[in-house]
Amino acid sequence: MGRYVLRRILVSIPLLIGISIITFVVINMAPGGPIGVASDMNPKATAEYRERLKAYYGLDQPVHVRYIRWLGRMAVLDFGDSFSLDGRKVWDKIKERIPVTLLINALSMSLIFLIAVPIGIYSAVRKGSVFDRISTVAVFTGFAIPTFWLALLLMILFGVHLGWLPISGLVSLEYDALSLPLKILDRAGHLVLPVFLAAFGGLAGISRYMRSNMLEVIRQDYIMTARAKGLPEKVVVRRHAVRNALLPVITIFGLSIPGLLGGSVIFETIFAIPGMGQLFYQGVMSRDYPLIMGILTIGAFLTLLGNILADVGYAVADPRINTERAG
Amino acid sequence: MSGQSMFADTLRRLSRNPLAVAGAVVILFFLVMALFPKCFSEHDPNRINILRILDPPSARHLLGTDDLGRDVLARMVYGARISLSVGFVAESIAIGIGLIVGLLAGYYGGRADAVLMRFVDIMLCFPSFFLILSVVAFIGPSIWNIMIIIGITGWMGVARLVRAETLSLKERDFVVAARAQGAGAARIMFRHILPNTLAPILVAATLGVAGAILVESSLSFLGIGVQPPTPSWGNILTAGKDNIEFAWWLSLFPGLAIFVTVLGYNLLGEGIRDAVDPRLKGR
Amino acid sequence: MRRRLFRRFAFPVLIAAAFLAVAAAGCFGPGGKSTEDESSAFSDIPAYGDSIIEGSIGDVSGFLSAVTSDSASHAAAGYVFNGLVRYDKNIELTGDLAESWKVSPDGRKIVFRLRAGVKWHDGAPFTSEDVLFTYRKMIDPKTPTAYGEDFKQVTKAYAPDPLTFVAEYDRPYAPALASWGMHILPKHLLEQHPDISRSPLNKKPVGTGPYRFTDWKTGEKTVFDASPDYWDGKPYISRVVTRVIPDLATMFLELKSGGIDLMNLSPLQYTRQTETKQFKESFKKYRYLSSGYTYLGFRLDHPFFADRKVRQAIAYATNKKEIINGVFFGLGEEATGPYKPGTWAHNPNVMRYEHDPAKAKELLAQAGWDRTDATGTLINKEGKRFEFTVLTNAGNKSREQTVAIIQQNLAAVGIRVEIRTVEWAAFINEFVKKRNFDALVLGWNITPDPDQYDIWHSSKTAPDELNYIGYVNAEVDQLLENGRRTFDKERRKKAYFRIQEILAEDQPLVFLYYPDALPVVHKRIRGIEPAPAGISHNYVKWYVPAEQQRYKSFQR
Repeated sequence: MGRYVLRRILVSIPLLIGISIITFVVINMAPGGPIGVASDMNPKATAEYRERLKAYYGLDQPVHVRYIRWLGRMAVLDFGDSFSLDGRKVWDKIKERIPVTLLINALSMSLIFLIAVPIGIYSAVRKGSVFDRISTVAVFTGFAIPTFWLALLLMILFGVHLGWLPISGLVSLEYDALSLPLKILDRAGHLVLPVFLAAFGGLAGISRYMRSNMLEVIRQDYIMTARAKGLPEKVVVRRHAVRNALLPVITIFGLSIPGLLGGSVIFETIFAIPGMGQLFYQGVMSRDYPLIMGILTIGAFLTLLGNILADVGYAVADPRINTERAG
Repeated sequence: MSGQSMFADTLRRLSRNPLAVAGAVVILFFLVMALFPKCFSEHDPNRINILRILDPPSARHLLGTDDLGRDVLARMVYGARISLSVGFVAESIAIGIGLIVGLLAGYYGGRADAVLMRFVDIMLCFPSFFLILSVVAFIGPSIWNIMIIIGITGWMGVARLVRAETLSLKERDFVVAARAQGAGAARIMFRHILPNTLAPILVAATLGVAGAILVESSLSFLGIGVQPPTPSWGNILTAGKDNIEFAWWLSLFPGLAIFVTVLGYNLLGEGIRDAVDPRLKGR
Repeated sequence: MRRRLFRRFAFPVLIAAAFLAVAAAGCFGPGGKSTEDESSAFSDIPAYGDSIIEGSIGDVSGFLSAVTSDSASHAAAGYVFNGLVRYDKNIELTGDLAESWKVSPDGRKIVFRLRAGVKWHDGAPFTSEDVLFTYRKMIDPKTPTAYGEDFKQVTKAYAPDPLTFVAEYDRPYAPALASWGMHILPKHLLEQHPDISRSPLNKKPVGTGPYRFTDWKTGEKTVFDASPDYWDGKPYISRVVTRVIPDLATMFLELKSGGIDLMNLSPLQYTRQTETKQFKESFKKYRYLSSGYTYLGFRLDHPFFADRKVRQAIAYATNKKEIINGVFFGLGEEATGPYKPGTWAHNPNVMRYEHDPAKAKELLAQAGWDRTDATGTLINKEGKRFEFTVLTNAGNKSREQTVAIIQQNLAAVGIRVEIRTVEWAAFINEFVKKRNFDALVLGWNITPDPDQYDIWHSSKTAPDELNYIGYVNAEVDQLLENGRRTFDKERRKKAYFRIQEILAEDQPLVFLYYPDALPVVHKRIRGIEPAPAGISHNYVKWYVPAEQQRYKSFQR
């Protein structure tokens, strides 16, 4: 097992280098430079000042020099200083934004799992039934509604009209003065809508995947055998089919990380949540190259990590996998 | 094997799936709308009328007017053209790339396969919306740029599908026979293997078109989608969101259009998947 | 509170102007008027306590305004810092940290007498050494500031005693006085930091202002608490919170649900979405001209636009009234020049261009555009069609709408306009800077000081400089020079009045409109006095009557 994990990690190293190259290529597609944003259309910003900024940010270096420098520092999570005028370390900026984004994504992933898996199983078992049809439409509804539109509608309903939930942000303004249980409640209240939205959008992928796995497993010989032995259908489904159909879903979770991270740009903007998605969007709009590179890399790295964990988890859960060969 | 009867078979199964049929009807409806906008609205989508700003739906303006007094129905109709084009072109690009990469990797195998699939793995690691967002913002949100970028960040799934199919097909008798007759690699790939991968590609394509329409609307929300005054469902909806409580028609209709269309493509795609799934046929 | 409509990517234009405005603790606008009468069942006795929550689209990037350039940062800095001077409610310079000042008769020396007994928030005394230090930082090449130019005009600066500061110039420089609205920095806390933008103070400021820095959660909020020993009296409202809400629709919902107390409304919200009884019970809307104008600018060496008649024709063809009524629901004023109506430099009697398509066509014919092709587009002798592209920045809705109306207006006189919206950074880098445009719709902020040398002077047309339309007029050059070389207001006024006449006639750009600022404030907040400078000039004196106070947990 240890060797498997190790190999899995080693295989990822070329991927990491590939990721860094693509990131760098993307950044260099940008016309102009970061200087513009800081000083443009400002009558008091002189040409001399702009030159100073350019030298200061190292933009006068050739591309490959910048790449190699950046790669070296990336290895130690040093993504350089942000171009924004606060000039903070990119990693510091990302670090303080990551937890919220991860928390919301983790919560919505759990929610997706809890809802999508049973839906998938049930609609596979009852393929073609009314439940199957309704749930199909329901999960795709979550996928098909533009997130920001649904978000606003829910805010109006639960925030303005009913007044049950806060509209945006992470905590109330008087959070610090609350008692612990109320603090938890306050945080939870702020998370309800974003988590629900992120989960609603992701239901389709997992539930459909679960459904087709399940359909496949049900046709396998051992299930036929179990049925033939006269075991009750419920037992067949629960004991044999579900477990086997569930395994591949583990890998899918690794792959669903990029989608969730991408979605966080939208719901963090609409819900005013200071997470990584919002930070990325701001970085893109202000041409904050080091920040964009940092987040792209971290996002890809998280996905890679998720994939490794999923593969390892899969190997652990399913002893049939030959851990010496896989990977 | 008779491709004709297989196709008819599939179609028959598909037509028994009410959800897929509903999806197809919706898609058809909007396709017709995009192709023949004049039949649906006689108004000019860019005609400004400041005396009729944000008029609610009426006999004159069936879906009301927007914040410049433009007819929402007309903008929706012409927006259908833009939004669907984004979906189709972007997905065509994705399929083009995915097909070639998948065929090459699957057919040649070995090192080519390893390199190409590592590349696919790398691309799959990126939150594609992050990539799209940065590139669109950098090179400017023209409609072509948006299509191309959505395309080149969305081909990996197709590549994997095609590769898997190719791997299993290239050992099949008809391919082996063709090779024995001296057919070139390109000919084998495109004449013999490609046609047999079309079903899964079609499924991926329908889902991909839906995804691209959604991505465009998300980009519009962030202000870097198709730029006004060119109407797209995404930017009409974005214009509507700021008046969502007051001028409900300005967000409701584009919102519904996106929703129904994306849903339609997904249901049809799922339907096709079920209808052609060879594993289900044995039963 | 400061005006805070920081539209997404909208326009950091003339940030210096915004900066001065903020540094002077206010935003400027004439004839501020409240839309309804103050009426309340509650007592109206000023009381300490409560908080005010503002919404802002953008986050702060730092608190030292010398090294930031966005309006959110400047607004935040304004709570914590003071300049030597500031603009009062009538947009006149008044003492802030300086009690008084004297300009020498030859206009080359300014002596500031500083306020005694002022302390930094950490308890250290404020002295003229701090002013001198700030000046040195402003001209220090290690300081990445965009506002150094004004200070480079200073030939000698010294602090003869702790309460006196002197700045000398080799020539009179009228904008100099306003430049001392720059926030004064604490020497004792910044001395050891060669680059102040990297100093801890940029994240945790210590100033002399009415509010002390309490907390900054990046991307989420900034919190300031009233400074108990503020030299102008402790502010009534105990806490000021600015919440970052990037989406305007969300922000408005937050306002309605009570999550924020103050934001700027869009014209549509102002006219159509806030007229309900329910809304009026909780909020009070204000309206005054903002300090900026939007224009249709031409690249003046473009063959179409080199001819003044063509520019005048476009001015006649453009229906400004329609734009103001259609885009702003009447909440704005037609612009006639680069100064704000009601301010001393504004010349109300310049040539106006009422909407007149017939006249436009006549002028175009005189300029050689006297025939049309099959599509009804004008062509000239060489058979060239009159068509061009108007650029504007994406994400600014009112501007996009303005361009759409201009397109329609010009089509009526036979001019074909293509519209292109470009995202802000690319717009500036790829089009404006590289002079890569036919025409564009953009805005300038209007600084309280009328010196607009950088925008109109023919020496400022190099790449990266602000006269990017390429306007060259010898008389204007001379007048700009005259205007900045005297402190005599009458003489300055004469120069700027004449400039406006020339600009109106020349139409190097079509001045379109001055939009209104439309702030809305929760009704429990009292003491707001609308004035030419807007509503934020006296925020220190705003209060909430004791029984209406809402946020009690952080009272002290």
